[in-house]
Amino acid sequence: MPTSVTFDQATRIYPGMTTPAVSALDLEVRPGEFLVLVGPSGSGKSTALRMLAGLEDVNQGRILIGDKDVTHLRPKDRDIAMVFQNYALYPHMSVAENMGFALKIAGSPKADIEARVLEAAKILDLVDYLDRKPKALSGGQRQRVAMGRAIVRQPQVFLMDEPLSNLDAKLRVSTRTQIASLQRRLDTTTVYVTHDQVEAMTMGDRVAVLKDGLLQQVDTPLGLYDNPTNAFVAGFIGSPAMNLGTFTVADGHALIGGAKVPLPRSTVGAITGDQVQVGFRPEALELSSETDPGSFPVEALVIEELGSDAFLYGNLIGDDLRADHIVARIAPRSVPAKGAKVWFTIAPGRIHAFDVETGDALPTD
Amino acid sequence: MSSMPPATATETPAAVTPPRVRGREDRSLLASVALHGTLIVATFIALFPVLWVMLSSIKPASEIRRTEISLFASPTLENYRKVLFDTNFPQWFLNSVIVAAFTMVIGIAMSASAGYALSRFNFPGKRGLMWVFLLTQMFPVAILIVPIYTIMANLGLIDTKASLVIAYCTVAVPFCAWMLRGYFDTIPRELDEAAALDGLGPFGTFYRVILPLARPGLAVTAFYTFLTAWGEVAYAIAFMQTDDHYTLGAGLQQFVPQFSPRWDLLTAGAVLITIPAAIVFFFAQKHLVAGLTAGGTKG
Repeated sequence: MPTSVTFDQATRIYPGMTTPAVSALDLEVRPGEFLVLVGPSGSGKSTALRMLAGLEDVNQGRILIGDKDVTHLRPKDRDIAMVFQNYALYPHMSVAENMGFALKIAGSPKADIEARVLEAAKILDLVDYLDRKPKALSGGQRQRVAMGRAIVRQPQVFLMDEPLSNLDAKLRVSTRTQIASLQRRLDTTTVYVTHDQVEAMTMGDRVAVLKDGLLQQVDTPLGLYDNPTNAFVAGFIGSPAMNLGTFTVADGHALIGGAKVPLPRSTVGAITGDQVQVGFRPEALELSSETDPGSFPVEALVIEELGSDAFLYGNLIGDDLRADHIVARIAPRSVPAKGAKVWFTIAPGRIHAFDVETGDALPTD
Repeated sequence: MSSMPPATATETPAAVTPPRVRGREDRSLLASVALHGTLIVATFIALFPVLWVMLSSIKPASEIRRTEISLFASPTLENYRKVLFDTNFPQWFLNSVIVAAFTMVIGIAMSASAGYALSRFNFPGKRGLMWVFLLTQMFPVAILIVPIYTIMANLGLIDTKASLVIAYCTVAVPFCAWMLRGYFDTIPRELDEAAALDGLGPFGTFYRVILPLARPGLAVTAFYTFLTAWGEVAYAIAFMQTDDHYTLGAGLQQFVPQFSPRWDLLTAGAVLITIPAAIVFFFAQKHLVAGLTAGGTKG
């Protein structure tokens, strides 16, 4: 039976620091769930994982695995297995010894260890490499050995700390799918740390976004994408990122590039000052003509033609959008020329609004 | 040196390189001669005394003392026979082996565990301890010998092998702890963490994961501690009082008193004592392999 994992106000303050690396983290990982912790560097995601692993002290709060309080247990007593970013394979042991080491320490019978190592090796396609030392393996194979070492343990919880970041781009994509399907198959609760929001979106049942040690939002990938709780999550999730800019509000409209873009009534009611932070995803922009109501002009700077999609990067003409560029997804294979002036409207219902001061999402119903 | 600019790969691809153009890796003839000449002279300076001792050891005593210098003069193994059978040399040799072996084993055990603690753990006084290790290295033996003698006398250890083992460890352990700490620092911490998750405690991690990877560092430590004890004279003369308890350093001194030195015995003894050191070095150097930790972690 899969187990749940609970962070209950868990806090970690590194010695000599005043601000916590992880601050009062409240998070429940459901049994069998693949939960991804994502955030920029320094967000505390790895620290949170290491607290769960028992590699970092918990200064306040508790951590539970199932119903068991593991806050102050040693790593080996937590029934967890971890995949490290740099794999941390034992260089002096063969692949088979690496994978079976935990069982050997636990005193399992030799035949049992061999059987379980072989089983894991079959799953991970490592049978031919069992006698090799790690240095005779490729990066992808080492990564699989690290996975195998975790699988052999048959732990309650898998912890993975950016296990794909040392692989090249292509291998990363294929391994990503393998890990996700393997996790579904084993049905083991998994906490996965990454800084790559694409990994988070594609792998996680749910995704927890952290920033500066504070949990911003936990939701399904689509939930985060469609209903970000604040401007940070909105900007962090999605590739290319959401367009975010601060605009003047007048008369229930946001003034974007001279155009008056109507805001939902609930949003207008929640705006405190005379400005609002507006967000719209690249695919929420629709090519339009100058005469359409609410359309604004963009000067195309760069067109990225990907074959299946095309992205237009441009500057909003005649406005004070405080974002680097406007990004719009456009139909591929018939893209506007570089330098062209293009008109866009925001698709109805696809506009996000955030408080200028706090960055919190404003209602858009 | 030639004034010709070094050829670079971009300017002169291999196919069109004229034969006389020198690559960046090549030396001029003059530089080669100077370099090899220097190396040969340096090698000769380093090897000559050893060679001279070896040649002398197979000469009769009268030949050694002659003012006329010759490389070979009625070569004989008589000196070796006398040293091995007519003197206390075998007993001193055995004493030295015992003292050096214990110094080596105890020295490695202490410096490896101290080095690991310094590398991995935080504890009060850690910085202070490392300073103390350094400070103890700064006193010359001549200054230390009297207080250590007093301590040994109070402990009743004078004229015992234990006194020498302890004294040699005070010399070797601080240095080796520093050295091994540096070596342990190069072993990724993630391996310790992986071991902790796999169920090992700190000592198990040290013994089963770290030590096997620190073999080159341990080999150097072994050789260093062995040598510290093997050829040492000052402590040996001060602490050892009976002829049967002498180690080689103290014993060989007996051959060359102020008057009528027995160079024939000394040279033969000197050659013989290099053998164990060479054996220890032979076993140590087998472990001096680079890249033991390769493949464990990436990046």
